[in-house]
Amino acid sequence: MDIPVLQYDFILKGILGCLFASITAGIAGTYIVSRRMVFLSGGITHASFGGIGIGYFAGVNPVAGAAVFGILSAIGIEYLSVKQKIREDSAIGIIWALGMAVGIIFIYLTPGYTPNLISYLFGSILTVTNADLIALGILSVILLLYFSVFYRTILYISFDENYARTYSSYVDFFKYLTTSLMALTIVLNIRMAGVVLVLSLLTIPPNIAMLFTRKYSSIMKLSVLFGFAGTSGGYLFSWFTGIPAGAATIFVLVVMWLILKLITMVNLKREME
Amino acid sequence: MKKLVELIDVTAGYNSKVVLEDVNLTVYEEDFIGIIGPNGGGKTTLLKVILGMVKPMKGTVIYNHEMLKRTDIGYLPQLSSVDISFPLTVTDVILSGLMMHKGVYVKMNREDRKKADGIIDEMGLKGFEKATLAELSGGQIQRVFLGRALIGNPRLLLLDEPDNFVDTTFENEFYIKLHELNSRMAILMASHDVGTISYHVKSYACVNRHLHYHPSPELTEEQLSAYNCPIQLVTHGPVPHTVLKKHD
Repeated sequence: MDIPVLQYDFILKGILGCLFASITAGIAGTYIVSRRMVFLSGGITHASFGGIGIGYFAGVNPVAGAAVFGILSAIGIEYLSVKQKIREDSAIGIIWALGMAVGIIFIYLTPGYTPNLISYLFGSILTVTNADLIALGILSVILLLYFSVFYRTILYISFDENYARTYSSYVDFFKYLTTSLMALTIVLNIRMAGVVLVLSLLTIPPNIAMLFTRKYSSIMKLSVLFGFAGTSGGYLFSWFTGIPAGAATIFVLVVMWLILKLITMVNLKREME
Repeated sequence: MKKLVELIDVTAGYNSKVVLEDVNLTVYEEDFIGIIGPNGGGKTTLLKVILGMVKPMKGTVIYNHEMLKRTDIGYLPQLSSVDISFPLTVTDVILSGLMMHKGVYVKMNREDRKKADGIIDEMGLKGFEKATLAELSGGQIQRVFLGRALIGNPRLLLLDEPDNFVDTTFENEFYIKLHELNSRMAILMASHDVGTISYHVKSYACVNRHLHYHPSPELTEEQLSAYNCPIQLVTHGPVPHTVLKKHD
């Protein structure tokens, strides 16, 4: 069979996209889930949509606009929750809605061709550009290095910040740096899974991993593995059925979680008998 | 007896709010001081001043560097802010007590793990090395955090309301352990439960903005009111019990 060159390119793009998405989402997801930052991450995700809208309007790369918005809102929420001047969940709710509103307003105001909104909301591997892939690849390397070099420092700060302050004066530096990297992970994965679905790409793999282990480093490794199974499974699923890849990925991940959850529950019951 | 730390006329607080005023306290190598006083009276702040986490606005803290390096202080903070469902094993929690001996770039080596194993043994946590805190009882969790404070082999142990976390079944065991540790290190323990600690401490510091040092474990109602320390009253008897003020 003759496979055209274009198709090779498409397959390679798909594999790399799945690999980078699962590495970044697995590492960031483990951090977010164990620090109970899932709602906060939802806020960051939707806030960054405002950046996408402004990016379109101003004629700059929408992903760059989203990155700026994402990181600023992440730092803002983290800062507000430390100062406790405003209830954290309310702050997140406001930033969440504001981001969406700003995004829609600016996309509406952009003259001429309006971009494919659906691809930002639900993600599509088709619209992933080479630049997006390179950015995601670089972020994967940065996250792998960051977490392997500063593993215990990051881990102990997120476990018990107060105690960490007794021995380290870098607590805030690492907290803000890690949160910014989480925001960047979310933004760069929006092309893959979309604003609406990207959060599940980060939160489902660690939850599957936690069915098997409670050790942080193992959760991280397993998350990457399950994430890759989910994204590539979803990618194939979408290849054959034409369903958008983002939705297919999340569907595969949830089904995987349900099946494995049932198996571990049955096993546990058998052990108890 | 050698001095470990000396606080001279220390005034401290947060931002511009003064919590402690003109506090004087000397800690010697064999001390076991119970720090009592009402909530918000400055017990935690006092411990943080000794730790160096809160810098005094006025006054000085003098460390006897021959006896006490910064890394020779073990600390057990109030545990209310810790999320026990965090995916971290008992061994890893205890190892975090070595962080002050290391830089930001940390690798735990075989020697560190051996130390952790020793602490796990000493704390009676064998078999729970790979468990997370959520799988442990209150008493076990407390021993994990005590282990974290002890792995650096401290000369001075600071405990902030360690009895908060624990039910009475483990209390006695815990104090026996502290008594044993006191032969190797000085202990400062903040507590609001004067009833139990009076059996174990050698002296008291009553902290309510000001500090009054009381050199014996016996306290009377008159002394407490003179110290301006509005807390539960205690008397000693064959059975540990607490005597409350008369109702009107």
